This record gives sequence, structure tokens and C-alpha cells, in this order.
Amino acid sequence: MINDFHYLKPASLKEALAMYAEHDDCKVICGGQSLLIVMRQGMVAPEYLLDIKHVKELSYIKFDEKDGLRIGATTTHREIEKSDIIAKKYPVLVAMEEKLASIQTRNWGTIGGNLAHADPAGDPGPVLIALNAEIKFGNSGGEKLVPLDEFFVDYFETQMEQGDLVLEVHVPAPEPKFGCAYQKFNLLDSDMGIVAAAASVTLNADGTCKDVRIVLGNAGPIPLRVTKAEDLLKGKKLDDALFAEAGTIASEECMPVADIHASEEHRRHVLGVLTKRMLKKAFEQAQTAA
Amino acid sequence: MEKQVLRFKVNGDEYEVFIHPKTLLVEVIRDHLGLTGTKRGCETVSCGACTVNINGASVKSCSVLAVQCEGLEVTTVEGLEKDGKLSPIQRSFLDHGSFQCGFCTPGMLMSATAFISEAKNPTKDQIKESIEGNICRCTGYNSIVRAIEAVTAGKYKEE
Ligand SMILES: Cc1cc2nc3c(=O)[nH]c(=O)nc-3n(C[C@H](O)[C@H](O)[C@H](O)COP(=O)(O)OP(=O)(O)OC[C@H]3O[C@@H](n4cnc5c(N)ncnc54)[C@H](O)[C@@H]3O)c2cc1C
Ligand code: FES
Ligand code: FES
Repeated sequence: MINDFHYLKPASLKEALAMYAEHDDCKVICGGQSLLIVMRQGMVAPEYLLDIKHVKELSYIKFDEKDGLRIGATTTHREIEKSDIIAKKYPVLVAMEEKLASIQTRNWGTIGGNLAHADPAGDPGPVLIALNAEIKFGNSGGEKLVPLDEFFVDYFETQMEQGDLVLEVHVPAPEPKFGCAYQKFNLLDSDMGIVAAAASVTLNADGTCKDVRIVLGNAGPIPLRVTKAEDLLKGKKLDDALFAEAGTIASEECMPVADIHASEEHRRHVLGVLTKRMLKKAFEQAQTAA
Repeated sequence: MEKQVLRFKVNGDEYEVFIHPKTLLVEVIRDHLGLTGTKRGCETVSCGACTVNINGASVKSCSVLAVQCEGLEVTTVEGLEKDGKLSPIQRSFLDHGSFQCGFCTPGMLMSATAFISEAKNPTKDQIKESIEGNICRCTGYNSIVRAIEAVTAGKYKEE
């Protein structure tokens, strides 16, 4: 049963931040796709619920060749999936969204809610970190901009404190020789991933690896960067043997837990395979990118 | 806790209901408005039997707070019929035998309606994806896909 609460409906972002600062035992609802489930289970029972679903200032997708992409927190998954500019500039984000939950959940759930929820099995986290994204959050006293991989702290925990709202996700403009790929492993397309891997590769003009990011989903308490595997590849001329070795390192470096869906051993194995495959895919994209 | 007024449109009619803010959209539709076409199945956002359309986009009404629909337009399965005439997808479901027990049907019809309104020459895979959030326990998926296919191919017109 969902508990009784006082419902707060701000008309603007300013009002939302002010209301959040004023009320101690207060929880934010946006699409409610994750929150209402835990409220129904009685795991979350706030005295006040602050509804930011219709705060229009936070609903936008903006792109600029220099500045890159900016997505407001209350933008729905479906708006990202259907955005022409995102399809053109960051196709990996559209591919990720198409396999996130069901159409109904994507129609109402939001990117800000997904990141604030900080489920290590969530899809946007790994992909956005591979894309080198930053997240802006803040309260009535000010804003903070942090790299997304520093935002996540533990299972369902972020750097945000009481009174903070996610405001925006910023993805830098893609570099010239850049590629990024993501795949989750699950039994039904619309389920959360049993595990997942995102990889991005940036190449130098001479074809060597300028930068690489490998981020694993459901492989630990947060979307997990496997830096030892990344370090193996940096500066090198990449090939299949290196991708396979990076996969092996990633499967050792990650820290998945066993649950009803898969054992730890199985998760490590699949994470290694996905790492190898996503690196190759990202590398091939980077090679052919303009 | 204080109740409050929710004003919104359902199937073209204006409604004003007096509810606790914790009331879910599916509860308002079924228990307050008496529109029992919309089904409650899992109540964990999994089965899709509770699917309704908000401003034309499908949502699972067990996962939406009703107060969030203030000023919006909700369509339920009862709203598909116009002046006693079934909508194209409803007629196609009948012709293709797209239900057995019928429990998933209202949700399937709403997902299909949202999809048909924006699909242009969809592929079979896109049609299958359009009902990815709806489970049919009688597993009559093929006949449902055929019914949607017939409408998107232009075989059923608005009467
Ligand atoms: C059946 C089902 C399947 C799913 N499958 C997937 C999947 O495959 N992949 C995936 O990634 N996710 C999946 N999800 C999760 C879900 O889609 C997202 O987590 C959801 O979209 C969150 O957005 P929301 O707006 O609904 O957030 P809410 O449910 O409203 O909020 C989630 C949390 O974030 C907080 N919050 C919300 N917005 C803000 C903000 N702007 N600032 C600060 N805090 C905020 C809330 O207080 C709450 O703690 C699934 C969910 C369901 C129900
Ligand atoms: S009752 Fe809403 S999805 Fe099952
Ligand atoms: S017809 Fe029985 S659940 Fe679909």
C-alpha cells in the first residue's frame, strides 16, 4: 500500500527547489516508474511528495556542434528515442533507449529519474559515461556539475543530498574519430539487463587509440568503469587480440553479485564477452567515422 | 490526509474527481469513473493490461499518479468506439480472432492504437515491438500482430 502523503506541485523550477528546501521528509516524483514500485512495497514512505513531472523548464533536448548535447532532467525516455538530432549525432543513445523497459514506461519515465534512481542495472548510466557525459544537479543554494562516473556512489546512491534535483545531462560533441557501442544481456528485450557493457573508442590520426572507456552495467554497486582494461588499450594500435585481453581483464576487474537471474561466475563470463564485442564495434565505428 | 480535486478529460468528457493524491490512475478510471474496461493485472508495471493513452501516448495506468493527469486527455478502451461504431483496430481484432480470454485485450488495443496513429509502413518487427509492454497469457500474439498489420496496411478505414 502506498502511504498517505502531502502532494506538492510546483509551477516552476524555482518553486520546486524552494519547496524541496522547506520540507524535510520529502521525496521527488517525476515519472514514478521506479518510485511508485518501491512506495507500493512500503520501502519508501515520505510525508511529502514533490511532483516535478510537469516542470517545463527541465524538459528539453538541445544540440550545438561545439557544445554538444544537453538533455533536461524531465525529458522522457521516449523523447530521447524519437529525437532526430540524437539519432544523427549519438545513435547509441537511441539504440539504448529502444531496449529500455517498454514503450509505456519510456513514454512516462524520465532520464533524470533514471539517473537519480541509480540502479546499477540501469541502461543510460553506462552509455552516458562511455560518452563522457556530465550531470548537473543542484538545490536552492546553487548548482554542481560533475562527471557522471563520479555521480554514482553506491547501490541506489548518488552524490546528491536532500534538497538536490537532477537538472541536466551534458554530453560533449563527438570527436572526429569516435565510436560508441552498448549491449545488454537479458532474456526479454524490455527487461533490465542481467549484465551490460558500453565501450567508446577515440582514435588518433595515425589510427592508434587516443582514448577508450569501458563501462559495465549490473557488474557492481555502480555503473562500473574498468580502468585496468582501459589502460591496456590506450596508445596502442588496436586489434582483436587486444579486445579479447581487455575482455578477460574486465571480467576479473568487475564485481558482480549472484542473484536469481545469474551466478557471479556467469555474469563475469558474459561481461568479458560483451566487453570484447563492444570494443570491436566501437573501434570499427571510430575507423569509419568522418 | 487532504483530498484534492483532479480535473481532466477521459474519452472526450470532462471529469472532476475528489481524490487522495496517492490514488493511481487505474483506480480513478475503474473505481471512481466506473470504466472497468481497463484491467488491473500485475500492478507491478509488467503486464500492460492497465494500458491507457495520455494525450495519445500509451502508459501503464498502475504506474501513474492520477493527480499527474491534471489538464490532460486520457483515452481508455471505452473511448475507441465512436457513435456506436468500433474503431478500425477493434474490428480487425474481431476479424482476426485476436483474443481468447480477453483480459489483455483492452491494453493491447490501446498500445496498438497509439502505434497505428504514428506508424508509417511499419515492418513486422516494429509491429511486434509495439506490443512489447503487453503480455498475453493465452499467448495469442500472432493473431494480434496480424490484426495490427491489417490496419497499418490500410485494410480498415474509420467508419
Ligand atoms: C517494468 C519496468 C522495466 C524497466 N526496465 C528498465 C530497463 O530496462 N533499463 C533501465 O534503465 N530502467 C528500467 N526501468 C526503470 C525506469 O524506466 C527508470 O528508472 C525510470 O524511467 C525513472 O524515471 P522516472 O521519471 O519514472 O523516475 P521516478 O520513478 O519518478 O523516480 C525515481 C527516483 O529518482 C528520484 N528522482 C526523479 N527525478 C529526479 C530529479 N530530477 N532529481 C532528483 N531526484 C529525482 C525519485 O525521488 C526516485 O527516488 C524499468 C522500470 C519498470 C517499471
Ligand atoms: S496492472 Fe499495470 S502493468 Fe500490470
Ligand atoms: S487473450 Fe487471454 S491474456 Fe491475452
